[in-house]
Amino acid sequence: MSAAEEVVAEGHQAVAAVPKRGMTLGTGTSLVVLAALLIMPIFVKNFIIFQMTMLLIYGLAVLALNILTGGSGQFSLGQSAFYAVGAYTTAVLMEHFNVNYALTLPIAGVVCFAFGFLFGQPALRLSGVYLALATFALATAMPQLLKLNFLEHWTGGVQGLVVTKPDAPFGLPMSQDMWLYYFTLVVVIAIYIFAVNLLRSRSGRAFMAIRDNEIAASAMGVDVALYKTLAFGVSAAITGIAGSLGAIAVQFVAPDSYTITLAISLFLGMVVGGVGWLPGSIVGAAFIIFVPNIAEGISKGLSGAVFGVLLFLVIYLVPHGARQVAILGQKLAGKLRKN
Amino acid sequence: MTQAQLAQGSPPLLAVRDVSVVFGGIIALNGVSFDMHKGQILGLIGPNGAGKTTLFNCLSRLYQPSSGDILMEGASILTRPPHRIAEIGIGRTFQNVALFPNLTVMDNVRVGTHARTSSDIISDSLRLAWIRRSETDVNKKVHEILAYLDLEDVAHTVVSGLPFGTQKRVELARALAADPKILLLDEPAGGLNHEEVYVLGDLIRRIREDRHMTVLLVEHHMGLVMSIADHVVALNFGKKLAEGTPAQVQADPDVIKAYLGSKDQ
Repeated sequence: MSAAEEVVAEGHQAVAAVPKRGMTLGTGTSLVVLAALLIMPIFVKNFIIFQMTMLLIYGLAVLALNILTGGSGQFSLGQSAFYAVGAYTTAVLMEHFNVNYALTLPIAGVVCFAFGFLFGQPALRLSGVYLALATFALATAMPQLLKLNFLEHWTGGVQGLVVTKPDAPFGLPMSQDMWLYYFTLVVVIAIYIFAVNLLRSRSGRAFMAIRDNEIAASAMGVDVALYKTLAFGVSAAITGIAGSLGAIAVQFVAPDSYTITLAISLFLGMVVGGVGWLPGSIVGAAFIIFVPNIAEGISKGLSGAVFGVLLFLVIYLVPHGARQVAILGQKLAGKLRKN
Repeated sequence: MTQAQLAQGSPPLLAVRDVSVVFGGIIALNGVSFDMHKGQILGLIGPNGAGKTTLFNCLSRLYQPSSGDILMEGASILTRPPHRIAEIGIGRTFQNVALFPNLTVMDNVRVGTHARTSSDIISDSLRLAWIRRSETDVNKKVHEILAYLDLEDVAHTVVSGLPFGTQKRVELARALAADPKILLLDEPAGGLNHEEVYVLGDLIRRIREDRHMTVLLVEHHMGLVMSIADHVVALNFGKKLAEGTPAQVQADPDVIKAYLGSKDQ
């Protein structure tokens, strides 16, 4: 209990350190990052391109959690459930109904929005650790729900479903992996821009007002229950779209790919990237994808322990995650410019 | 002759009618009635536990009265949820400052306009033309209020780092951003020093004159209430003790007894 409380308290502290202005990158930095993401696949092998695609997909899922926790102050350990619903929506639509992969994304988004919005209703009565526990229950239930007998015809039960990887359209001369990378990149950038717009808007201010003080938000006319469930809905929708992209990239969905471990990884990614700092999402995603591999490289037998130590180092040295590193970098650059 | 006295004959802007609040056997308010007229500054006084804050929370719909009614421009507010009080023109500040600590001054005041604007998450995400127009209007209004309350220098500062007195002004700015007809101020002088209280009194009067507002002032600080209120209601043990001009209430034997104890004891 006390450990859980500490996690939550730490989260709050991290939230507290993020004013709204600092939620995004400057134009210059954004363009450099964008250029790097655009050019990179030309120089690397297909497997690396696939990994970069997964990086973008997990980044999107971490971004979704960041909107929920950094924006509206609600915790969720149930993101894997939304991710699973998105992935299965795409898989079922593609394999059973022959729907175009690109079309399954908005459908998955709408389905997950409804799911998240509905889940948000009972979650309204809970906050902090208790909300985290309720979402934890959702994450543990999801793989079992997907294995249910009467759904087996659609979900493929324990076996899961195989998804066909799409070819590049219009006869473009690129590999399937490269096409999927660019497709994912476009989707992720579009959603990132929408998310930034949302958090800077009247709705985003309502989210943050609720995060900071519910009673005062309500006195200003903010419908606290509505905006809390909306935040859940938006977060679930984005996570679901990430799940859809994930299903297409991995070409396979199975219940046990979407366990609580995935939800915890996403939570970890958010903390490492900096709670409430949207660009940190991609850094957090990089951490949860690559650091376990690095740990395995250091010691095969004790990879979990090595990962733990690395995680501990990050939390100890930069408790506010990548955002803190970015601020330090900015200050340093400022000093250099002065000299 | 103040505006408030002239308006005395017209129907009240806010009417508190026989309001009682019972918390599990404890009577926090017992049949309290009074009227507020347009342009008035009404001071609500009383010793600790008199029921001032309870009444205040009934007005902002955090508590539901056990009986009685509260009418705003003739219509009951008791069927409204708390978040639909701002839209009928009731704005408030809080006893110990309830700002959004991680937001800038500007964003705090922008949230104040929430009840006067509309949007939906899809239009907001896409930043549609009508959203951009509405944001421009909001920013104009917020800048006007910040200038009015001399807060422009700190517009982009996160509020948690500001001095307490400044935070109180930000809270006032946030309340004004909703264009309230009635401003409910819960102990605005709390935590301020002598000089700051004097400045605050001036400011409240100025807001009433410039922005045609009606003010309900719940306050411990007698000096402030007596110097700026047109009308004073005194509560004790959940009941109305006295009502009238500051001079009348100050001279009322029951009020003196409530504050200083009776001579017989």
